[in-house]
Amino acid sequence: MSVSLRLGLPAPEGKLPEDWGLLPDEQARVHGKIALAKLNEAFAWARKSSLWPVTFGLACCAIEMMAAGIARYDMARFGAEVFRASPRQADLMIVAGTVTKKMAPAIKRIYDQMPEPKYVIAMGGCASAGGPYINSYSVVMGVDQIVPVDVYIPGCPPRPDGLIHGLMRLQDKITRGGKAVGSEAVSAVTAT
Amino acid sequence: MTDASPLSAEQIHERLAGRFRNLSFVPARAGVIASTIVPADQLVALCQMLRDDQALRFDYPADILGVDYLDYFEVVYQLRSFTHGHDVTIKCRTDREDAVLPSVTSIWPGADFQEREVFDMYGVTFTGHPNMTRILLWDEFEGYPLRKDFGIPAPMPAELELGVSYEH
Repeated sequence: MSVSLRLGLPAPEGKLPEDWGLLPDEQARVHGKIALAKLNEAFAWARKSSLWPVTFGLACCAIEMMAAGIARYDMARFGAEVFRASPRQADLMIVAGTVTKKMAPAIKRIYDQMPEPKYVIAMGGCASAGGPYINSYSVVMGVDQIVPVDVYIPGCPPRPDGLIHGLMRLQDKITRGGKAVGSEAVSAVTAT
Repeated sequence: MTDASPLSAEQIHERLAGRFRNLSFVPARAGVIASTIVPADQLVALCQMLRDDQALRFDYPADILGVDYLDYFEVVYQLRSFTHGHDVTIKCRTDREDAVLPSVTSIWPGADFQEREVFDMYGVTFTGHPNMTRILLWDEFEGYPLRKDFGIPAPMPAELELGVSYEH
């Protein structure tokens, strides 16, 4: 669906403003001043440019996440610097650290409290697959066992560069219209 | 302020042995720090002396931890005196089947969480503790994971064992 400024009517599909059949003076007024976009793409562009993560850290990965937010790495360049203290105001959950079985219900609850559309980044080996805690008595083997994950970031812990790389891959996914819940996850390693 | 006069582990043991019987001293050697082993029934009185004696003044329970020696459990108290600037290691052994020791929370309130962690990981019960419950693990957890006979927990699901490749 395309948007037209003229009379509120839909613009002819696939045609430039010059070919809309506007009068010459109307053409002169809109020339260089309007842009066309599909509505869902415009929304995706808005969403990916303003990912608000929930303030939420579990282990040493959270230290790298904090570093990614400060001036040296400056996640604000990607619109993701507004760490919200309430999950109800956030649309991105960065699972930064080891997920223990005792913490898992709280993580699930925070995820459930976030409004849709919502996205999850599993940061580091622990959140991706349990990390070094294989055969542990207390560690969940990856946060994807309790919530759907969009992007996995390897590393122990990943540097802030790695987190920002994963964030950009998530932005790519949102641009492509990838949904968070129940969709196919991409890996920050393989996705280019 | 009192003048600090730090004592060595031997001197501290001598001072304790003057009042308590059945103490045994393990001297320091490579990889092992000096320690005093105390019977469980004298632990609280000895800790009281460690805190209140003018020459000892152990005012800080730096660490309380458990060890499983298969035949018995040992609880290690690493104490620090900020007044004198000296340290001591006290060890207390308990039966593996009936692991019970007196709590020292009445002497050092800071021992509260540390004794709960020993209870959580080894199942050593501290009598006189105000809240002898699990601290790190959840209440429904069965067993004590740092006991040598706890075994290896269930392996992670098969589908997660695959899919990790370090080749590009």
